Amino acid sequence: MQHLGFSHQKLRIGSFDFTCCEGCQLQLANRESNLPDFLNLLDIRNFREISSERHDDYDIALVEGSISRPDEIERLQDIRKRATVLIAYGSCACFGGVNSLKNRFPIEEAIEEVYGDHKVETMPVRKISDIVKVDFSIPGCPVSKKEVERIVVAVATGSVPSLPAWPVCVECKQNQNTCLFDLGEICLGSITMGGCDAVCTTGKTPCLGCRGPAEGINYPALRQLVSERGMSLDELDEKLRFYNCFTTFTDGEEH
Amino acid sequence: MAKNINCDIDVHHLTRVEGHGNIEIRIRDGKLEKAQWAVVETPRFFEVMVKGMSAERVPFLTSRICGICSISHALASIRSLERAMGITPPPAAEKLRLLAMHGETLQSHALHIFFLAVPDFVGTPSVLPLIESNPEIVQTGLRLKEAGNSISALITGRCTHPVSLVLGGVSKAPGKKELQALRAQLLQCIPDLAATAEFCATLSIPDFERETEFVSLYNDSTYPYIGGDLLSTDGVRREENDYLAMTNEYSPEFTTTKFTRLSRESFAAGALARCNNNAGLLRPEAQKTAGDFGLAPVCHNPFMNNIAQLVECVHIVHDAVAHIDELLEDPLDRIRSAWKPRAGAATGAVEAPRGILYHHMETDEHGKIVKGDCIIPTTQNNANIHHDLDALARWALERGKKDGEIQLLCEMLVRAYDPCISCSVH
Repeated sequence: MQHLGFSHQKLRIGSFDFTCCEGCQLQLANRESNLPDFLNLLDIRNFREISSERHDDYDIALVEGSISRPDEIERLQDIRKRATVLIAYGSCACFGGVNSLKNRFPIEEAIEEVYGDHKVETMPVRKISDIVKVDFSIPGCPVSKKEVERIVVAVATGSVPSLPAWPVCVECKQNQNTCLFDLGEICLGSITMGGCDAVCTTGKTPCLGCRGPAEGINYPALRQLVSERGMSLDELDEKLRFYNCFTTFTDGEEH
Repeated sequence: MAKNINCDIDVHHLTRVEGHGNIEIRIRDGKLEKAQWAVVETPRFFEVMVKGMSAERVPFLTSRICGICSISHALASIRSLERAMGITPPPAAEKLRLLAMHGETLQSHALHIFFLAVPDFVGTPSVLPLIESNPEIVQTGLRLKEAGNSISALITGRCTHPVSLVLGGVSKAPGKKELQALRAQLLQCIPDLAATAEFCATLSIPDFERETEFVSLYNDSTYPYIGGDLLSTDGVRREENDYLAMTNEYSPEFTTTKFTRLSRESFAAGALARCNNNAGLLRPEAQKTAGDFGLAPVCHNPFMNNIAQLVECVHIVHDAVAHIDELLEDPLDRIRSAWKPRAGAATGAVEAPRGILYHHMETDEHGKIVKGDCIIPTTQNNANIHHDLDALARWALERGKKDGEIQLLCEMLVRAYDPCISCSVH
C-alpha cells in the first residue's frame, strides 16, 4: 500500500455495534465506486455484519451505538483493552443519540409500555465516552462515509484527523439555500457542527443538530431569535433534545 | 439416519446479518432435542420515545429504527399519521415515495444477495475474498446496490435516514436532469440483472420445504409497496387498520423480540411472501425471471427468498424506469399538501425490503403522539425462523448430514430471511 510514495501497513480494524440501528456501519459499504480501494487500505479483523471471520487483534476499533444494558458495558471494556485507538462513530456513540429520548421516562414505565409483564433488561442510555476513553469521535446520524474515509485515511497515513469547526449554516449558504428561518421553520444549523454538506436543509427540512455543537456557538442568541420571531420555544426544545447533543447548553435551563 | 450423531450447535451472535441473534441446536443419539432462534439484541423503546412528540418530527425519529430500511419506516409513520389526521399527499409525491421505496429495496436486496448470502454458497467467510477471485460478480453487485442508493439519494436527499420525506408529501422535488441521469443508470442495470440471474442459477439452493403461511400487502392492481389490504396465503384478508388481528404478538421467554402468529404456529413475511401473494402483478420481465427459477406460488422453500429478492430487483428496475418516465412529464410543482394537526388514529402498512411493516399512531388535537406501535417484518419472521430451524435440523438428520453441514444449513436458513434484528427489537 503506497501513499505519497510511502508504504505502510494495512490498518487492522474492528467494527462493533451496540444499541443502535447499524446505519453507520452500513455507510461503510456505500460509495460503492471506490469501495474496493477503501477496503484495500484495511485488514478487517472483526466485522460481524459482513464477515464470519472474527479475530481479536485489531489496532482500531470503530464503535457504533449507545450503551443500554450491563452486558454491553463488559463487551465495550473488552474492546477498549484490545484496541490501540477507539473511534466512536455516529450520534448514538458520540452523544447517546435518539435512544436517549427514552431517558425522559422511568425505566419501569418504559418496559411496561412496550413489553407489558414480560421483563426485559435495560438501563438509561449512555454515550460511549461515559464508559471508556474515546480517542476520536465522528458524529452524524448517520455518519458521512466521506468523513469516515478522510479520518481512516488520516489514521492510516499517520496524519492528524480533524473535524470542521464551522456550523452547518456555512455549508447551507454555500449550497445557496433560502434560510429555513425565513420560510418559518426552526433550524439548528447555526449551532450545529458542519461537515454534512447541509444535507437536511438542502432537502428543505430543518437541521436537528445530529453532529452536535459547532465551536464557539451563540446558543442564547438562537433562543432569542426563536422568541423574537414568535416561534415556539417548545418546538426548539423538542429539536434540541432529538439527538441529545446539546445537553451542555440545555441542562439546568428551566422551561 | 445417523443414530449415533450427537451435536451441540451454538452460534453466538450470528454473522452477516443485521443485529444480534443466536442459533442453538442440540442433537442426542440422532434425535433433535432442541432447535432455537433467540434474538439477544438490546431493545431501544421507540414506542416510548415517540410519546409526546410532534407528528411532523415522527418520521425522522422512526426512520432511526433501522439503518437499512429507514425509508420504509419513515413512510410507514407518514402513512399512519396522514391517515390519522386526514392528510392527502399530491399524486406526484406518491410517485416519488414509491421510487424511494424502490431505491431502498434495490440496495437492500443487492446488499443481502451479494454481501450476506452468496459467501455461504461459494464457501467463503465474507464477500472480501471474492473481490480477488470473482471481481466481475462483486462489481455487478456493487453497481446494483449503487443504483438503489442513487434512487434513494436523489429522491430523499441521502441513502440512509431520508431527509425530504415529510407529512403531506415530499419537501423537495428532484431535478429533471438528475432524473434523466438516474434513468440512464437504471437502464445500465438490466445487463447486470441478467448476469446476476446467470450467477444465481449456478448456486445450489437446498430443496428443503416446510408448509408455511405467507403474509403481505395486496391491492388487486399493482405489486404492493405502500398501503393496501393485508393478505395471507391461507386465505385471510383484512383491512389495513386490522393489523393487530394479522400479527397477534406474544413474548417467549428466551428472546428479546416478540413472536407473531396468524392461522398457524407462525407465518412468514418478505420477498417470498410478496411473490407468493402477488406473482401475477410483477412486471413481465420479473415474471420471466421467476419462471426461469421455478418460483411459482405457493413456494414453501425459505431458501428461495434469495431468488424472490432477485426477482424483485428485476421488477424494481423496470418499474422505476416507468415511473421516472411519468415524472419527467410532470411539472412537479405540487409535491406537498398543507395540513393542520388533529386528533386521530390509524395504521400505515408498507412493504419494507424484509416484509410487511406496520406503524400505528394516535395523535391528540395538537398533533402530538399519544400512542405509537410498530410491528417489524423480522419480528413477524422470528417465530417462523424458529420453527423452520427445527424442521430443517430434522430434515438434515434424515439425510445423514454431519454437524458442520447442519450448522451451515441453519446459518444459511436464518440469512435467507435477511433478518433485520435490531429493527425487530426497536
